[in-house]
Amino acid sequence: MFSNLAEKLQGTLRKIKGKGKLNEKDVDGAMREIRLALLEADVNFKVVKDFIAAVKERAVGHEVMESLTPGQQVVKIVNEEMTRLMGQEHSGLETGKSRTAIMMVGLQGSGKTTTAIKLARHLRGQGRSPLLVGADTYRPGAVKQLEKMADSIGEKVYSNLEEDPVDICREALQVADRENCDVIIYDTAGRLHIDDEMMSEMAEIKKAVNPEEILLVVDAMTGQDAVNAAASFNDSVGLSGVILTKLDGDTRGGAALSVLAVTGCPVKFVGVGEKTDALEPFYPDRMASRILGMGDVLSLIEKAEASIDQDKAKEMEQKLRKQQFTLDDFKEQLGQLRSMGSLEDIMEMLPNAGSLPKELKQMSFNEDNFKRIDAIIGSMTKEERQDPSTINSSRRQRIARGSGTTVQDVNRLLNQFKQMQKMFKQMGAADKKGMSKKMKKMKNKFPF
Amino acid sequence: MNLFKQFKNGLSRSKTGFMGRLDHLFDSGDIDEEFYDELEETLVSGDVGVQASMKLVDQLREEISKRKIKDKEDARQVLQELVVNMISPGKTMFTSASINEPTVILLIGVNGTGKTTSAAKLAHLYKQSGNEVMLVAGDTFRAAAIEQLEIWAERAGVDIVKQKSGSDSAALFYDAINAARARNVDVVIGDTAGRLHSKYNLMEELNKIYRVVERNLPGAPHQVLLVVDATTGQNAVVQAKKFNESMPIDGLVLAKLDGTARGGIVLNIQEELDIPVCYIGTGEKIEDLAPFDPEMFSRALLEKN
Ligand SMILES: Nc1nc2c(ncn2[C@@H]2O[C@H](COP(=O)(O)OP(=O)(O)OP(=O)(O)O)[C@@H](O)[C@H]2O)c(=O)[nH]1
Ligand SMILES: Nc1nc2c(ncn2[C@@H]2O[C@H](COP(=O)(O)OP(=O)(O)OP(=O)(O)O)[C@@H](O)[C@H]2O)c(=O)[nH]1
Ligand SMILES: [Mg+2]
Ligand SMILES: [Mg+2]
Repeated sequence: MFSNLAEKLQGTLRKIKGKGKLNEKDVDGAMREIRLALLEADVNFKVVKDFIAAVKERAVGHEVMESLTPGQQVVKIVNEEMTRLMGQEHSGLETGKSRTAIMMVGLQGSGKTTTAIKLARHLRGQGRSPLLVGADTYRPGAVKQLEKMADSIGEKVYSNLEEDPVDICREALQVADRENCDVIIYDTAGRLHIDDEMMSEMAEIKKAVNPEEILLVVDAMTGQDAVNAAASFNDSVGLSGVILTKLDGDTRGGAALSVLAVTGCPVKFVGVGEKTDALEPFYPDRMASRILGMGDVLSLIEKAEASIDQDKAKEMEQKLRKQQFTLDDFKEQLGQLRSMGSLEDIMEMLPNAGSLPKELKQMSFNEDNFKRIDAIIGSMTKEERQDPSTINSSRRQRIARGSGTTVQDVNRLLNQFKQMQKMFKQMGAADKKGMSKKMKKMKNKFPF
Repeated sequence: MNLFKQFKNGLSRSKTGFMGRLDHLFDSGDIDEEFYDELEETLVSGDVGVQASMKLVDQLREEISKRKIKDKEDARQVLQELVVNMISPGKTMFTSASINEPTVILLIGVNGTGKTTSAAKLAHLYKQSGNEVMLVAGDTFRAAAIEQLEIWAERAGVDIVKQKSGSDSAALFYDAINAARARNVDVVIGDTAGRLHSKYNLMEELNKIYRVVERNLPGAPHQVLLVVDATTGQNAVVQAKKFNESMPIDGLVLAKLDGTARGGIVLNIQEELDIPVCYIGTGEKIEDLAPFDPEMFSRALLEKN
């Protein structure tokens, strides 16, 4: 669970509330917290040093805005500075030309092959016609992996295990012409940045195919060493962009900042899962708050707003206020929540959501689970749905039989429902205006 | 120990890598604040984590005043001792006590860390020392994961048990144990699909594998190895914690230590969860696996970045 840096800073800076300007001593105190947060997020220590120095220079003497506390003001500056470093907005691929070549490079296991496939799918969606090239003849099963994944999305692969990767890549140019493909995506072998032989092979591939894009694929969980690998890859071939993978985990992803700082390259996409469609654009502002540990509030609000029907939300508010939340409502909510990921995912994006009860944490809204819950609630009588306390053990058995589940499943659901009711009650008590308002309020708490 | 020699060979490939650091010596001279800062930074840059690094440096300060140490090189030596004392190597070439039943070893971890490759390396290692080995293609999820392990099995010259892609991994392990019994296999080495520890369903699936294995062969799995990529940062601690909840971990394989990353995060895992490192991965070839050596590890960790 992310710690809330904004609150910590509030603590260090409480004393100076009401003062007009941030002085050096205040800022120093805040910078200690920020340094810690960044290092804990795996931002490289040298990058942290430079970053802190830059922020400090901007912050000292800065006027504290009317609407903000000094703590918030510092966070605002830090966040702005970091967002600026990461590029102002999402930058796309260089695919304007009639035929575009994209080369995937990176350390072993970072996600090159998977991402090559995701890009092919993405580009196909934009009306392009991609050719995937299997240039990893080293790792057992690497080309097979590319072929199988390509097959699953109906794309073509060119490779030849008997040949040298440089030759394969060169030949792919002709294959692309023959097959009328207008994007070529090269999946190269994973390599260590200190492996001279493999690094020069990569440079040779570049020379042979002259790609528009050379994308470094970086595992978001990478630690301090990210700078070394990124710098070496950039030195050998000159990167055009970075793709950050495995961001669907709970890592803070400080490597993003490190890699940007040493290469100056924009992050073009992020990988958020193993499936072929788990590719998203990179949003610098969200990444900044993720690294800083403030929760991805913006993205949560967006997600929630997009997937919860506004009228239904209003109705729900009423019910929450009156504390009449029933199993019927629960079922309906689940349908909406399903499109937002697991409850844990959602809560993780919320700052201060550390107190989610265990029963709920473990609840995930995948298709299977959803169907099960749907079936269980569907097997209850109207009366039972209105008042679950009437569901005794023989009724539980009946419901289990009716829904093709087990009594344990039924028990678990009832337990989860109880927890959820409790949680909503607390939320309702804390904010009589209900949930959607609460989310909006949270947005205001972080004025950036 | 011939394994150790392999370790050195594997690492000496590069001067800038892990091994290259061992040649570098700290300048000698007086111990001042700058020196402490430098040490702390060195630890942090090796992914030890800022809190743990500060704690270690504080301990060092204490030791230095207690032992009245004056020279930087001696101080570094003391810090190295502190690190070594924090870690104990895990068991290597582990086999269960039973002679009638196979020893079951499982490799688990997040995506792309080196599970499949490490499974192959272990198969090779056990086979070299005269065991009848069987690999289990437990990653039924990722594209061509089975084919990948098949190629390794062939190279290692060991049996492989597999099922169709997409089939139930736990059921496969159940059958694999029966097959191992029938074929008089000594060591069963199971690969599993990479999964992020934050995904509840996937972790449940892992727990199911554990239960099924244990049901078919009480006491098994005998050694569960979490494969951690040496380049991983602070997230590795949560990884270990969560994986340990789904299946008790006996030790780590610290893979990809032939790069420039120093894998300092294993100190935190040892501290917080008491999980030792058993093996290190030193390359992509089948023989690139070595026992973890705390002495060498801490020496490399403390060289300047
Ligand atoms: N959860 C998650 N897993 C991912 C993501 N991207 C890749 N993976 C997984 O990470 C593992 C490694 O991915 P690959 O695409 O094989 O990586 P690679 O860089 O091609 O690996 P090598 O060719 O061996 O160097 C696989 O298990 C993928 O399914 C992602 O965004 N999220
Ligand atoms: N340099 C180096 N590369 C390694 C080492 N161990 C594994 N690799 C490479 O890392 C990549 C991923 O290894 P795999 O064994 O496929 O990893 P995995 O954990 O099984 O991956 P998934 O099953 O996709 O989660 C491959 O390119 C391996 O060759 C090592 O010790 N050193
Ligand atoms: Mg690959
Ligand atoms: Mg694998």
